[in-house]
Amino acid sequence: MSQLFENRRARFLELRLRRKGSGVPFAPKPGMDPLFDKCPQCGQAVSKLDWQKTTGVCPNCGLHRPLTAYQRLYTLLDSGTFRELNPTLTGRDPLHFPGYKEKAAGLHSRTGLGEAVVTATGTMDGMSVVLAVMDSRFLMGSMGVAVGEKIARAARYAQKKKLPLIIFCASGGARMQEGILSLMQMAKTAAAIESFQKSGGLYISCLTNPTTGGVSASFAMLGDITLAEPRALIGFAGPRVIEQTIGQKLPEGFQRSEFLQEHGFVDAVVPRSEMRETLVRLLALHSKRR
Amino acid sequence: MAKELTAAQRVALARDPRRPSPEDYLHGLFTDFFEQRGDRLFGDDRSIVGGIARYHGRPVTVICTRKGKTLEEHLQAHFGMPEPEGYRKARRLMEQAEKFGRPIITFVDTPGAYPGLEAEERGQADAIAQNLARMSSLTVPFVAVICGEGGSGGALALSMGNRVLMLENAVYSVLSPEGFASILWKDSSRVEEACEVMKLTAQDLLELGVIDEIVPEPEELESLGTRLRIMDAALTKHLDAVVRLKDPARHRQEKFAAMGEAWIRGGKT
Ligand SMILES: [Zn+2]
Repeated sequence: MSQLFENRRARFLELRLRRKGSGVPFAPKPGMDPLFDKCPQCGQAVSKLDWQKTTGVCPNCGLHRPLTAYQRLYTLLDSGTFRELNPTLTGRDPLHFPGYKEKAAGLHSRTGLGEAVVTATGTMDGMSVVLAVMDSRFLMGSMGVAVGEKIARAARYAQKKKLPLIIFCASGGARMQEGILSLMQMAKTAAAIESFQKSGGLYISCLTNPTTGGVSASFAMLGDITLAEPRALIGFAGPRVIEQTIGQKLPEGFQRSEFLQEHGFVDAVVPRSEMRETLVRLLALHSKRR
Repeated sequence: MAKELTAAQRVALARDPRRPSPEDYLHGLFTDFFEQRGDRLFGDDRSIVGGIARYHGRPVTVICTRKGKTLEEHLQAHFGMPEPEGYRKARRLMEQAEKFGRPIITFVDTPGAYPGLEAEERGQADAIAQNLARMSSLTVPFVAVICGEGGSGGALALSMGNRVLMLENAVYSVLSPEGFASILWKDSSRVEEACEVMKLTAQDLLELGVIDEIVPEPEELESLGTRLRIMDAALTKHLDAVVRLKDPARHRQEKFAAMGEAWIRGGKT
């Protein structure tokens, strides 16, 4: 447990430090080119500094690389207002699934994350919000009991405090290693969002790459307003499963943000560089202050 | 019924085509059934059948999944895998039940939501998500019965009852055992092992607090008469209990908010 707090504090300090610099640092992994980092999509050599300036968007092809939960929070919240909710809440191992506990512990020590979502309060342009940001480094951002519980608690907290709720989704779906209890988190989160929305709360859902399976079929699709980052994969069934079912290749762009917008499931596709100002605008449009 | 069946044997029983279907319970236990078709948005999905009926004289809304009995019906119903229209039809009927104060009863036997191209285009994820949200706030009492396969979100999208019952040899899981083995072990031959590990039997789910009661099954698969009698007794008992709930919506909210709470560490607020 003390290890957990140790990691939390390190993360927190890192977050504070970043606020003083410009852009989001992408720490070089051992053995990596210290100055350049090739774009995984177009292969262009992009300098680390440019990745920082664009917060992980390729200046050549526009690929939006995944952000960690803390990087994302950094790009959104006003400096010094970040306060994490339920930072020590983690899951257990209901199925006694071989290797699961060890894997989660390893990820925890490597990433500092207790689970695949970070929930927090803070302000954006002075307006208080509750934010939940998923992190795909933790078992593909999958939703087990702890993720479901943190999302539900964030919604309940927002309801109690009468604050808007913003969730950044990035998830492969339900956490297989927690079996049926993961499935039940779809019900839990949807119920918490429904109650929050019925109380008059504003929920903005932001879909990032990927948002699929049990997360897409629960809280991700329930936003009063639904935004998506460009070219994010969004859908219930995975592309491979669909190809196997129908016995043919899927068309280019299928299940991408733009496709979902065309079919009526996304309000706006918003590039990362415009995400904060878009959210601030939407918050202001719902704010009682004039 | 022999209690020593392995999880894999129960999966096989849950999928056995000779097993009575949700529609058998619908026609065997309800009278005056009026089928309501279509989602009023796009079409009518034949993998979900629903409408108004009487249960021991009381008007209720009843919704069943349907695999079909002939090849033509199987294909029509994608072997019991609903498309978004099916879920939206179910939601329409549930909302109507709420309007007229009718209890809702669902019988579920589906491998999961249909993973097709058009299903995605028309918002499979949206259809399921909206059902989950809406089911949580319905003001009328709701009993769900898992009769065979309870496959993933596609089954949950019809099953957020105040009471969730499960037949003794039904299974209910986050994913098919085949999918589980191939995703987690990259080895689809380890299906039997997956069945054990996943905790998908009625007994497992009762212990995990996911379901409320196991409905016993007679030895013979086809013994419809005995099965109807047992189901009738269980359904009557639970329906009588839920219609007495003061606030069924709140009861459901609290029930599903507590799912898995024994498996959380830390996080006092
Ligand atoms: Zn690029």
